[in-house]
Amino acid sequence: MVEHGDIRVVHRGGSKINFREPVITSDSRFLLCASGECVKVFSSSTEECIHDLRGHTDLVTGVLLKPSNHLQVYSCSADGTVRLWDFTDGILIKTYVIGYPIYSIHASAKHEGVIFVVTATVSDKRTESFQLVAVHLPQSGDQLVEARELSAVLSNVSSNPAAIDFGRGGEYIASASGLLLEVFFFKKQKAYRFSLKEDNKKGGKNTFMCISCHPKDDCIATGHEDGKIRLWRNFNHQKEYTYTTLHWHHNAVSSLCFTPEGTNLLSGGIESVLVQWRYNQESQKDFLPRLGAAITHISVSPDGELFCTSHSDNKITIIQSCVKVSAVIQGLVKGENVKTDLMVDPRSKSLVLNGKPGHLQFYSLQRDKLLYNLDIVQQEFIHELGLQQFEVVNAAFDASGSWLATVEERKQKDTELELNLKLWAFDEQTQSFVLNTTISAPHEDRITDMCLCHADESQTTVLVSTSKDGHFKAWQLAAAAHTEADEGPSWMCDFVGAYHSMVPQCCCFSADGSLLAVSFQEVVTVWSPASWELLTTLSQPPGAIRNLCFGRLSCSKYLLGTTANNLLCCWNLLTCSLEWSTSMDVSLLLADPISENMAAFCCQAGATDLFLFKPSEPRPLFSQKAVCSGKVTRAVFAPREEMLESCEESSQWLNRSQLYFLTQYMDLMTFTTKAEEDRLMAASKQLVIDDTVAMTPFYLLLGKHRQHENQVTPSDPSAEREPLPQGSVAIKELLQTPAHVLPSTSFLCSMFVRSLLISVTDTSAESKPAEEEMESEKEEEDSEGEMETSSSRPTQQTSVGVGVTESADSPALTKAQVRELRRVRKLDHSWITGLLDP
Amino acid sequence: MGEFKVHRVRFFDYMPCAISAMAFHRHSERLAVARADGAVEVFCFADNYFQEKVIPGQDGRAVEALCWVGQRLFSAGLNGEITEYDLENLRPRYTVEAYGGPIWTISSNSQGTLLAVGCDDGTVKMFEILEERIQFQRNLDRQKGRIISLSWHPSGTLIAAGMMDMIRIFDAETGHATHRLLVERGVGASKSKEVVVWSIVFLSDHTIISGDSAGKVQIWDGFTGTLVRTHLVTKWDVLALSVSQDESSLVAGTSEGTVVQFQFLSSTVDQQDKEWIRTRTFKNHSHDVRALVHTDTAVVSGGMDTQLVVRPLLDKVEKKTQESALRKIAFPHRNLVCCAKKAGLLLFQFPDHLEVWRVGESDGHGKPGDSLLVKRKPEKLIQLKTKGEDHICCSALSPCGGWLAYSTVSSVRLYRLQYNNNISITKVSRLPKELRWAHQLCFSSDSSKLFASSTHSTVIVVALNQLECKYLQTLKPKSGSRQPVHLLFASEDGKWLASANTDCEVHVYNLQKLKLHCTVPVYNSCPTAVAINPATSNLVVAHADQQIFEYSLVQKEYTEWSRKLQKQGLHSLWLERDTLITNITFNPKNPAHIILHDMFMFCIVDQSLPLPEAKAILYNQMTLRSLPEPERIRHSHAFKICKNFQHLLCVTLLEDHSLVVVERPLLEIMSQLPAPVRQKKFAT
Repeated sequence: MVEHGDIRVVHRGGSKINFREPVITSDSRFLLCASGECVKVFSSSTEECIHDLRGHTDLVTGVLLKPSNHLQVYSCSADGTVRLWDFTDGILIKTYVIGYPIYSIHASAKHEGVIFVVTATVSDKRTESFQLVAVHLPQSGDQLVEARELSAVLSNVSSNPAAIDFGRGGEYIASASGLLLEVFFFKKQKAYRFSLKEDNKKGGKNTFMCISCHPKDDCIATGHEDGKIRLWRNFNHQKEYTYTTLHWHHNAVSSLCFTPEGTNLLSGGIESVLVQWRYNQESQKDFLPRLGAAITHISVSPDGELFCTSHSDNKITIIQSCVKVSAVIQGLVKGENVKTDLMVDPRSKSLVLNGKPGHLQFYSLQRDKLLYNLDIVQQEFIHELGLQQFEVVNAAFDASGSWLATVEERKQKDTELELNLKLWAFDEQTQSFVLNTTISAPHEDRITDMCLCHADESQTTVLVSTSKDGHFKAWQLAAAAHTEADEGPSWMCDFVGAYHSMVPQCCCFSADGSLLAVSFQEVVTVWSPASWELLTTLSQPPGAIRNLCFGRLSCSKYLLGTTANNLLCCWNLLTCSLEWSTSMDVSLLLADPISENMAAFCCQAGATDLFLFKPSEPRPLFSQKAVCSGKVTRAVFAPREEMLESCEESSQWLNRSQLYFLTQYMDLMTFTTKAEEDRLMAASKQLVIDDTVAMTPFYLLLGKHRQHENQVTPSDPSAEREPLPQGSVAIKELLQTPAHVLPSTSFLCSMFVRSLLISVTDTSAESKPAEEEMESEKEEEDSEGEMETSSSRPTQQTSVGVGVTESADSPALTKAQVRELRRVRKLDHSWITGLLDP
Repeated sequence: MGEFKVHRVRFFDYMPCAISAMAFHRHSERLAVARADGAVEVFCFADNYFQEKVIPGQDGRAVEALCWVGQRLFSAGLNGEITEYDLENLRPRYTVEAYGGPIWTISSNSQGTLLAVGCDDGTVKMFEILEERIQFQRNLDRQKGRIISLSWHPSGTLIAAGMMDMIRIFDAETGHATHRLLVERGVGASKSKEVVVWSIVFLSDHTIISGDSAGKVQIWDGFTGTLVRTHLVTKWDVLALSVSQDESSLVAGTSEGTVVQFQFLSSTVDQQDKEWIRTRTFKNHSHDVRALVHTDTAVVSGGMDTQLVVRPLLDKVEKKTQESALRKIAFPHRNLVCCAKKAGLLLFQFPDHLEVWRVGESDGHGKPGDSLLVKRKPEKLIQLKTKGEDHICCSALSPCGGWLAYSTVSSVRLYRLQYNNNISITKVSRLPKELRWAHQLCFSSDSSKLFASSTHSTVIVVALNQLECKYLQTLKPKSGSRQPVHLLFASEDGKWLASANTDCEVHVYNLQKLKLHCTVPVYNSCPTAVAINPATSNLVVAHADQQIFEYSLVQKEYTEWSRKLQKQGLHSLWLERDTLITNITFNPKNPAHIILHDMFMFCIVDQSLPLPEAKAILYNQMTLRSLPEPERIRHSHAFKICKNFQHLLCVTLLEDHSLVVVERPLLEIMSQLPAPVRQKKFAT
């Protein structure tokens, strides 16, 4: 097999934001959280993702504010590196290479130049054991530093970062794993171990879940599996230690956190209630209930104003002073499993799948944001163990995205199956789906497959559903003749089909909607939707058909199917014969809607392989072994917003669409090429280059403002001219500038509005300010001349070069703008660099 | 082990009384416990929590508070009297009327010179402790409202008094109140109710800690009289407080049955500023915890549910030792059941009455484990109420069933029972004047003699016949011990009488010569049961530390078996049992069998079998049953333990070789207790 080194499986979009504890910056304006392979920076007030910190090549496993500089943040990853970022600008400052996968990161102000990371114990591979390692960060100016000075602090720690915490500003570190609490005092270099019994007499489970140390007092709070919280004191005695037990949670305490002043203790668990205990007045407690889902992490902003809870449904809630939920950041909701297929909404290009119970979620992959939830079941969800609820089990879009069909079912006993088929029309006015028809009990048994087709000639949409009751039904939109006039058209059953009383498994429309293929066990029947006659049958026994797929575009004469007997068959519909077949255990067959490509996921030896092929070609376009462990049952091709221009043969299939799939652990993964990755990296690297420029904008804008005062006023309409605002370099500059170096908004507002105005160019008007500009430029040069150093010259030259190429990209740039930009680039602001450097 | 027909007796409605007060004598490690019926018990903690002494109660004498002053024990109660006890003769020595209405509390200063009592009329009365008595000294300033609790400052200059809605601090020299600390009432509906300061503790650093009926434990500064901290511990009352001797730990008992520990801890490791922090919560009671004692290593609590609970503090004791085990003392360490072996009668002793029952009969034969059909139901023959207000301290039924004797602290009564068609009971009116009261009573096996232990460990022998009873002799031990006799045993062959006193001495008298035969070498633990094997004339003694000795009365030395047992040592599981052997009997069919029992099991010690190895399984009856016959012998050892019957008060053999097992399940005792306070339980 050809190795494709440049195509990788990555987490992109829809990754967990509740994987690790989020971090609130010291000014409470930003929220940082690990998400897949990047760190996301959210605004804590607007819930908006400001930017991603990209650079890690594996799962990010921890985010931590640098104790000595509150504007920088460490992140650690399973790729064995710790990276230091400037999170306001999204600049990677340093990369420390540790060399071992890192599971969590800890640091305290008392240990300067040292970070503590949890790595797997190297010695034995079989049992998973972890150790806490102190890493001395070398003082070096390089971007990429190898940190080789490691010293083990504690062994047999938990990989859960919530189980390790520093106490009293770094005097000691406490770690809990299993039934053992270990406290290590740095000054005395002495460790104390306290163990609990596995079960107490009343059946409580004493396993430690999480830990939090009081910031000032010597008190360690530990959360346990049976819902108890213990407050340990006097733990510098092996024998005379003591603890207080608090019990409110009825299930495991998943997170604990002391507020920065130590006046309160926050705890949360599956109850989805945030509990606030008064320190030393533990009988008084406050509750914030109904947070929606089980709490997995709690963090507090350094000023204690904001609390932040992560939830099991991939959500982060920001809470103001324990009373008010001020913001909710919702990621892709992942339940136990996805009953519906992964789908792409043709209108919004968003990923659609099961979300909250009874809902479909629309998730924008490009923006990595949950757009909205569509309530399908429209019933109150009752949290109770063992209670059967309605579940959305099937959904289908038509090609234009104007119709959505959903199936929900509830099974209480074997005999009572409740089924509802719902059809939703897209309402242009409200820009959402509106329920059009509800068909209760559309079939007598479970619906196995469903597809919608927009037939071109009749301009009607047909829905075909196959069911275990042995029939497939075609539904069509028909005007309601016999009901009241004000009701619009609704869906009716048009045709009921069956074949030798066999059970249909799957159905598929051809791309033009002229053919319908329905598989009945090992037989594929091909029907004409126009007349509902059976055209032909294809069969390749033995083995029931699992998947059916029509080829697209140039391959539309092919019909592909996979059987339970590990066979992938391709029929030619013109000859009605088998074109080719190959033996492979295909768990999922998928056609790209905008190309001929088809993807087949094969499960082999506990791992899934991917084959990408064209039905007309014998050789696969691309194949990758062991894409992920476990079986892949859900995948989708999502069209790209902008095409990639890759010429390599193996990665051409990724040019127009992207393949997303769900692993068995419900991780959404996708394939990316090296070029694409480089481009993304470049986008963040560009910011690094901008770094030298980034010092200037404050100056730039002040200078600009001054310039406007004496220049723009006389010839206002001619100052700037542009067809589209986003093409303007000035605005780009304005928007890319970090917020903290910008002058006040009122100051910028008029300038910004002016830049958006489209004005007619007047050559005479243009030349005049140009002269003035030249003058001012000279002035500036004079005043700044003595500060300039010769060494900084070349860099300025290059940056000007960049500016020129940029302006070449955007043709709307006027001469005046280019000149202004050039002038701005020439200014030396290296003195600011000197000031800002720590 | 042998097969027995078992009379499973469950008709003894023994009901222990609620614990109302406790006092701990730290020096001798003795705990005095007062019960609601006025009885006072003394437990020796050094000797495996053995209940050494029991002073019977009296009708209408509810002890509200206990106080040790040196070796002297004082109590006060709601009858308004202060009582000092004679611990040698197990009776009140004298009572003094305080003339202040009901007394709620009593407390002595640390010097042991003054006794302060808090009265219902709002006075704190000071009594001077003299050599032989106490004498009223003066009243402190009289307050409005009753004095519920008192605590002396260790220096003896100040005394804090808990009252209704407030705490007062008195200067003990001038008698004037110096501070008035107002205690906040409970919230909600209890706002209108006065808050009662049930308990108060005055620490040497002038911190005052109070527990009140609003469920608060409050910490006050005694210099300024200001409130430092409030810990809301319960929704109900905090009834008792006790502080450890080093004043680093405090326990509070609540109405919910919980005991909450507070510790004086520094907030950061190296610093000195300490504060009281609530730490552990123990829940070992179902009802109110009325009395608490914080010893150096354990928390001892008692209350409405009648059990005395010793909860060791694991940070003060070695882990996984006998000391670190939780102990619950539910039954008295002496026999309340007397069995007339020949007649098949049982005598049950209650505080204020006696019951005589005849055990049932059945003629069936069955397999082991079967329950037989009862042909004749057990029958209550006699219920005998005591005369006067004193409670029974001991009783005895003669083996033939013809004599019944009991003693209170004031008198001994002897009855003649006759069973013809109807039962007749006649009091023997003229008893010898030597027989005024007894600590223990015992009949000889032929029912011709009554033995009664008296002062200074003496035993009075009285001869009985149809017409009269005649004083024969007073048996005196040579040691001259002043302690009371708590065990008496007359051998079945009529030759020997064994007596054991709380000085750990066991004396054996020759009944034919009516003189001291020998004294068993004194062991440092108190005997809990003595018996003489009629076949071998060996004396078997079980001690409070679970040791067993066998002493040959003929050779006047320990027997071979006993030496072997001491040499090899008892099995560790045997030594770890937390209840004591309270009765020993022998199997006349097989003289090598000794039948012992404690609260949870009875055991047949087969002296002919090898002793269990240290690693052998002690409780091996079930495993033995599963083994084939030849292997069974190899695995069997001398201790055959049966746990089929639970919470045993008595196990003894009748003359027809049927076993009488008197059970009193603790659950039945629990079910007869009043309802506990309502508590919200999760998910109810």
